[in-house]
Amino acid sequence: MPAPPQLRCCDASGCRSAGSQALRTALEAAREAAGLQPGQLTIKPVGCLRLCGSGPLVACDRPGQSHLFGRVAAEQAGALIAAALPAAGSDDAVPAATGDPLAAHRLDLEAPFFALQQSVVLEGCGQVNPDSIDDALSLGAYTQLRRVLEECTPEQVRDEVRRSGLRGRGGAGYPTGLKWDTVALQPPGPRYVVCNADEGDPGAFMDRSVLESDPHRLIEGMAIAAYAVGAERGFVYVRAEYPLAIERLRLALQQARSRHLLGNHIDGTPFNLRLEVRVGAGAYVCGEETALLLSIQGQRGMPQPRPPFPAQSGLWGAPTLINNVETFTAVPVILREGGDWYASIGTERSKGTKVFALSGAVVNTGLVEVPMGTPLRTVVEVIGGGVPDGSPIKAVQTGGPSGGCIPSERLDTPVDYESLLELGSMMGSGGMVVMGPTTSMPEVARHFMGFSVNESCGKCVPCRAGTVQLAQLLDRFVERRATPADMERLDALCQMVKVTSLCGLGQSAPNPVLSTLRWFRHEYEAACREPSACVATGRVTG
Amino acid sequence: MSVVTLTVNGHDVAVPAGASLLEATRVAQAGVPTLCHLDGLTPVAACRLCLVEVEGSGKLLAACSTAAAEGMVVHTHTPQLQEFRRMAVELIFAEGNHVCAVCVANTHCELQDMAVSVGMDHSRFPYQYPHRSVDASHPQFTLDHNRCILCTRCVRVCDEIEGAHVWDIGSRGGHCHIVAGLDEPWGQVQACTSCGKCVEVCPTGALFRNSDTTAEKQPDASLPALLRSAREQHRWNNQ
Repeated sequence: MPAPPQLRCCDASGCRSAGSQALRTALEAAREAAGLQPGQLTIKPVGCLRLCGSGPLVACDRPGQSHLFGRVAAEQAGALIAAALPAAGSDDAVPAATGDPLAAHRLDLEAPFFALQQSVVLEGCGQVNPDSIDDALSLGAYTQLRRVLEECTPEQVRDEVRRSGLRGRGGAGYPTGLKWDTVALQPPGPRYVVCNADEGDPGAFMDRSVLESDPHRLIEGMAIAAYAVGAERGFVYVRAEYPLAIERLRLALQQARSRHLLGNHIDGTPFNLRLEVRVGAGAYVCGEETALLLSIQGQRGMPQPRPPFPAQSGLWGAPTLINNVETFTAVPVILREGGDWYASIGTERSKGTKVFALSGAVVNTGLVEVPMGTPLRTVVEVIGGGVPDGSPIKAVQTGGPSGGCIPSERLDTPVDYESLLELGSMMGSGGMVVMGPTTSMPEVARHFMGFSVNESCGKCVPCRAGTVQLAQLLDRFVERRATPADMERLDALCQMVKVTSLCGLGQSAPNPVLSTLRWFRHEYEAACREPSACVATGRVTG
Repeated sequence: MSVVTLTVNGHDVAVPAGASLLEATRVAQAGVPTLCHLDGLTPVAACRLCLVEVEGSGKLLAACSTAAAEGMVVHTHTPQLQEFRRMAVELIFAEGNHVCAVCVANTHCELQDMAVSVGMDHSRFPYQYPHRSVDASHPQFTLDHNRCILCTRCVRVCDEIEGAHVWDIGSRGGHCHIVAGLDEPWGQVQACTSCGKCVEVCPTGALFRNSDTTAEKQPDASLPALLRSAREQHRWNNQ
């Protein structure tokens, strides 16, 4: 018997804010009005369906085909139910003829936005009901954990991850296999696994989407990691600003415990793992790993000098494996398909796929997963659709307040860790903000510097006092009262804060200024009180 | 006892294994400046004045919190380091309200000495003139936030040596300030033993005895190291 048709309604934060809950209620009422039983037409809440800017999104699955509808209002529930029903007379062909009330809402799944994506981490996002472990299990969740516990030694698991070439998706790109080995090879004793879900970069919402859409995949990835490094306890550190993600994660953990997929003797094996959620208290700096670990221990979240690295001495002095949400979530697929398969995707040094959160002056706002090495232009112009009014893209900001602006003439750069660093930006966690020609670069720099001023923890002098001075210097440019001396001061202070700050937050805080100074120096010069004087002293840079 | 040997500014030095880079630079009499560091307290690497260049490391390392390793080639006073140090001191001065002429610590102030040693005679960055308060609620001591540079020596000495943990840091970024107890007036904090160690280690005039007026503070910052070694080696001056 073929599966009944189903409607998958996005129930992640983005679509919820566009009214997806009311829509689902209306759909259920319309189904009843049509005289259908739930068994004849499934209406399922799912996670992110990618094109967040066109929410609420509903995917309609009929045998052999799927359609996606966007910006669906509750009044269109009846039409959507009718569209979902199989062969109600007009054959299976898409009724694109006039009179189709949903024509304006139909999204083309063959369009580049969908066709050029490759779902690895997001495989289950939009497919699985995040509130139901049965649904997750039926779609293959925890099969890799079970297989690994039964068939593989921890060394074999680490070997697979090492061969995959996976690198940390939190931004810095440290080789994941190497980190797992470092933790595993520490002297015997307790160990911890920690998931960094303190996603704080403005414009980044990849981790939130994963947590809200497919929490069981993250739990499975963490459990496999814990097995591979010998940890029996772990934490997921989520920022408090993600209430829905926290709710779903807690529910998923509870469900996993009740199915003996967490806790003592997981799945009948000697492996034990206790996983808990820790909720942040609103500090961006707690996304820095040493500060995050202090915060989990109940202390003030302030970065510590490294070494010792958390892999040697982390939570309560024990070796601690800390990885980002996306990194852990990639693990089950890597074990299912093999490390070599994963390594075949991407570039020489950046393997696999990367999820980006596309936003700003772009037609298609949403979640994009593409192979590493995809040219930036493909991501923002082809997949993203460019600037809505058709004007050219001026720059793309990647990496949030730690990253930089990449100018349009460098858009052919492949997206990987090294290329972005060379351009003075960084991969960061994956936020990508597209900017149109009207954006002023000194204002962008001031915006991000204001963020760093507010989020500096205040421990080290360059970040605490230096970012304040940088923000004031940028004010002078934005308000067109800067002098040539300000230009020199800006250059020198950026350099000082970058080189001498204690943690990554301070070291990367000047990046938005440095990258815009590098690519858009003329805008700073033009913003001087006497532009000609600024040009005279300004260095010529490529 | 195993020893590591390294080069500091061209001089070969040998230090016990486990010693910090700072100790190695002292053997070479390199004169690496420090403000937040104090012997006897846990290093926090916050003031960034002791940053040094180690060949091959790719980035500057804080001498106070980095272990000396065999074969390191260390440079402590490159032109770049000297410029960064001066800028750091300028930033500290511009951030608070430091008026030497009326300060209890005048002529006995580590910040003042630091300005002289890094060659800072004025700040290129505008003074912020922040609104900060004075806590005079304690019967013997006063905390003047205007002069605080957030080195956290008081926090550490109270926690690690006295064991009272009266002090901590509140708020964040430029709004950071030292808090007593649960952010109470100092005089109301019952955990305070009035031992005065925080006053002795304060590098500026932020913490002082009520009996001291302008230029009268004469602190003794060697106290933590003395106490720590006495406790660890069970050797006391009066024995």
